[in-house]
Amino acid sequence: MTMKYTEDHEWVRAEGGEATIGISPYAAEQLGDVVYVELPDLGKSYKAGDEAATVESVKAASEVYSPVSGEITAVNDALEGNPALVNESADGEGWFFKIKLANEGELAKLMDEAAYKEFVAGLE
Amino acid sequence: MGDTPGNLKQTPLHALHVELGGKMVPFAGYEMPVQFKGVLAEHIHVREAAGLFDVSHMGQAFIIGPDHDTSAKFLETLVPGDILGLAPGGMRYSMLLAEDGGILDDLMITRAGSEDYAGWIYVVVNAACKDADFAHICAALPEGLELDIADSKALLALQGPKAVEVLANLAPEAGELSFMNGKRMEIAGIEGCIVSRSGYTGEDGFEISVPGDEAENLARMLLESPDVEPIGLGARDSLRLEAGLCLYGHDIDRATTPVEAALTWAIGKRRREEGGFPGADKILGQISDGAPRKRVGLVFEDRAPAREGAKILSEAGDEIGAVTSGTFGPSVGAPVAMGYVAKEFAKADTPVGVDVRGKVRAAKVSKMPFISKRYQK
Repeated sequence: MTMKYTEDHEWVRAEGGEATIGISPYAAEQLGDVVYVELPDLGKSYKAGDEAATVESVKAASEVYSPVSGEITAVNDALEGNPALVNESADGEGWFFKIKLANEGELAKLMDEAAYKEFVAGLE
Repeated sequence: MGDTPGNLKQTPLHALHVELGGKMVPFAGYEMPVQFKGVLAEHIHVREAAGLFDVSHMGQAFIIGPDHDTSAKFLETLVPGDILGLAPGGMRYSMLLAEDGGILDDLMITRAGSEDYAGWIYVVVNAACKDADFAHICAALPEGLELDIADSKALLALQGPKAVEVLANLAPEAGELSFMNGKRMEIAGIEGCIVSRSGYTGEDGFEISVPGDEAENLARMLLESPDVEPIGLGARDSLRLEAGLCLYGHDIDRATTPVEAALTWAIGKRRREEGGFPGADKILGQISDGAPRKRVGLVFEDRAPAREGAKILSEAGDEIGAVTSGTFGPSVGAPVAMGYVAKEFAKADTPVGVDVRGKVRAAKVSKMPFISKRYQK
């Protein structure tokens, strides 16, 4: 079960045909205090790269794109009452949604942790 | 602004901000700290204890004339406030107005407190407008008056319920000031400070003009108190928004009048009777007949913050205005915003919709401030 990343700072953790998606700790740090997360509707389908959620910090709103195609199978309801989970645990309890993978091959196009680390280092 | 880090100006506290971990961003031509520990924590800290802000990017100047009446009468040709009627040390919020009644900038105006400075009026204007403001004032200056731009001075704000205790420790006189009054004083041996009991947070507090080369010394002394934390521009914005205070260039600008901006309270009674300020015809007409639109507060049913530019809709779905400032209010615990609506929708509790990125969110027109102000009278 490995973590994959996009250039838009989403992470994907795939397991048994289902992927969990969130934003990276780097992204959460850049956003600042998260105050609201708008999550997708259950059952809705997205293509890789579609806007699926919005995260609002005290500073601004940012779109979250689904890194993979598929149907939403779960959303993290805990974020509704406690959006700060995104700052506290961006790659854990602060996950956004789960998606049933339509095409597992899409995962291969994403960065692995080492590549993402290098990508972030290049931004600073 | 298109500024590259290379040509950004720095305030005398720049090194201290960096040392304290401030995240520096370009703002109005300056490199300023947007946050230290985080906007939410800083915001709450100011409401519960005290916060120190660097607002040295703002423009400070003195209008100097032979006596108060001469200086005040001159300033009254540019602003609609009653400046003549200020008691020594008295401070007022006012606006520089254009001939069509539009707002060129908003500013704080303080009459010198002591006889030694009779005829001196201290003004503080917004950073982004200061060059234009000072040129505007200079162009209107009559013989015998001068404008002294105090660009070697820093400006600190100490805000929050603990501010008085902290500052009075260093300058007992500061604790005696009443709200919207200012005075020259020495703070812990630093001469030439001007302290006023005022601010931009809705809390009790002070604004302190200090010689630039003593600013870091003073800031360090204030930060020695365990009650005081450094605060960035992010929390400054959410604090002022919760307090219902305007941000120039967003909530008020060249295209808004004081009446539309719900700032009619800042136009003195005598000024309403006598006129004699730029745009008086239009503004006095709006005072008697109403303005076509009005600045209002907005509160929301859910947690999605509406940002600047979001359209405000009537219940029927018609566009009736736009949000000019909006964020999540940390002390309110919900989104807060202000914006302009057509006058028939300006009454408190009017239900409206706000288009937040394509989704219409239920909102209500609200009185401001969104929090109860705790100014010390």
